[in-house]
Amino acid sequence: MAEWINTLLQGVLLGGLYALFAAGLSLSFGVMRMINIAHGDMIVFAGYAAIFTAEHLGLPPALTLLLVAPALAVLGYLAQRLVFNRTLGDDVLRPLLLTFGLSIVIQNALQEMFSADVRGLDIGPLATANFQLGGDVAIGVLPLLVMATAVATLAALQWLFRQTRAGRAFRATSDDAGTAQLMGVNRQHVYALAMAIASAVVAVAGVFLVMRTTISPSDGPARLLYSFEAVIIGGLGSLWGTLLGGTILGVAQAVGAKLNPGWGVLSGHLAFLLVLMFRPQGLMPKTRDR
Amino acid sequence: MKRLLETRSLTAGYGDFQALYGIDFHVDDGEAVAIIGANGAGKTTFLRTLAGQLRATGGQLRFADENIAAWHGHRMAEAGIALVPEGRRLFPSLSVEENLLMGAYTRRPGPWTLASVFELFPVLCEFRRRPATELSGGQQQMVAMGRALMSNPRLLLCDEISLGLAPLVVREIYRTLSQIRGKGLSVVLVEQDIGQAMKAADRVVCFQEGRVSLEGAPGTLSREQISQAYFGV
Repeated sequence: MAEWINTLLQGVLLGGLYALFAAGLSLSFGVMRMINIAHGDMIVFAGYAAIFTAEHLGLPPALTLLLVAPALAVLGYLAQRLVFNRTLGDDVLRPLLLTFGLSIVIQNALQEMFSADVRGLDIGPLATANFQLGGDVAIGVLPLLVMATAVATLAALQWLFRQTRAGRAFRATSDDAGTAQLMGVNRQHVYALAMAIASAVVAVAGVFLVMRTTISPSDGPARLLYSFEAVIIGGLGSLWGTLLGGTILGVAQAVGAKLNPGWGVLSGHLAFLLVLMFRPQGLMPKTRDR
Repeated sequence: MKRLLETRSLTAGYGDFQALYGIDFHVDDGEAVAIIGANGAGKTTFLRTLAGQLRATGGQLRFADENIAAWHGHRMAEAGIALVPEGRRLFPSLSVEENLLMGAYTRRPGPWTLASVFELFPVLCEFRRRPATELSGGQQQMVAMGRALMSNPRLLLCDEISLGLAPLVVREIYRTLSQIRGKGLSVVLVEQDIGQAMKAADRVVCFQEGRVSLEGAPGTLSREQISQAYFGV
């Protein structure tokens, strides 16, 4: 019994990481209607950036975020402003092709710089620290920290979208970019700003990823898949939906792995397919057709 | 009176299709000009060009003594040009209040704020938290006008603001428009309803197939002149 409770708890908390994966993807789709195939590779890139700064600057693992997040935000802004924006338009294929290419570029660049070896970030005793809840039930401190960060990040994004001038501009541009421009919104800048924020969230996801587990340069596509699944399960365009989607995915994977060590990833995909079959719009859909 | 907006030989179009063939047009400070003309005469294209949604392909476009023809679209709003677009184009994911606040995105100072727009259209205050596209047609038109006013424009462009509305609502909208003009802003109206256009404007300009076919003060134009300019027969 305690074993199953532990499995469920681990699954739920893993959902926090997946929600972080998914939030950035959801954001760039929500504002730009752009699907970023390189999203998973950006997460892995952020992970390597954390490893790099930790090793070369001797920063404690969690503090690498203070460098990695702003750096990725700047990179995201520039990439959107200088490159991605040029592909946006009626043809949905162009941004797909561009980010697909970028995905390959990032994977190969990472292999060139860090070799194909599996790498991680040594976080010391935090890796195994946990709270004992009695009766053999325990919660890992790091997974709990990741979940808390995910909730805080989503709450901050929600606040940004609902309560601020920039958030209104994001939503208005997503609804109708041409009319938003009539209001004085520079869509090139707004898109770049949205990508900067998405990239900062990607940085958070990447740093926690290498704190929890090890990565290799070719891990991006799998992270992209988990992000997609969390977004679709939760419902396109809904921020809290990504948390729900991530949690369902995490629980499905944990339960599957518990039944048979080889079934973890598979049962996550099955949960995703089940949602697609019975509720293709996701559990908490927000996005409007246009 | 001072020139606020002036175009000379302005041309514009969509891709290979040319819609405007050399428009000479002007609006003075505080003036209201109505543009009339048949469907496809280029009225909406002209307003979209003035508002920066469409780039002019030739000619001059001057606003407040600056040549703005090559400006990026979003700068037109910053300069003080606001368009109430055809079909209203409210933001469906935003509430009434948020739609109005989007109008104030440029933060241009002036008399128009949420409070003064709600004073002008009290019914909007009541529905301020509702999604804008859930309102009735007339109320949505009020949101669209209020949103344009929130930018404290010097020039208000209105594209078919009476389209699809009940006659009573149209009268109400036009009564408000004359109230708005009292605050010293210039207006360009595109209107299918010639009678309404004649009443609301100081000057009428008729478009026909992308060219100006007639121009004059409402009192000085005869029915024959107008139908000649309108239909080209």
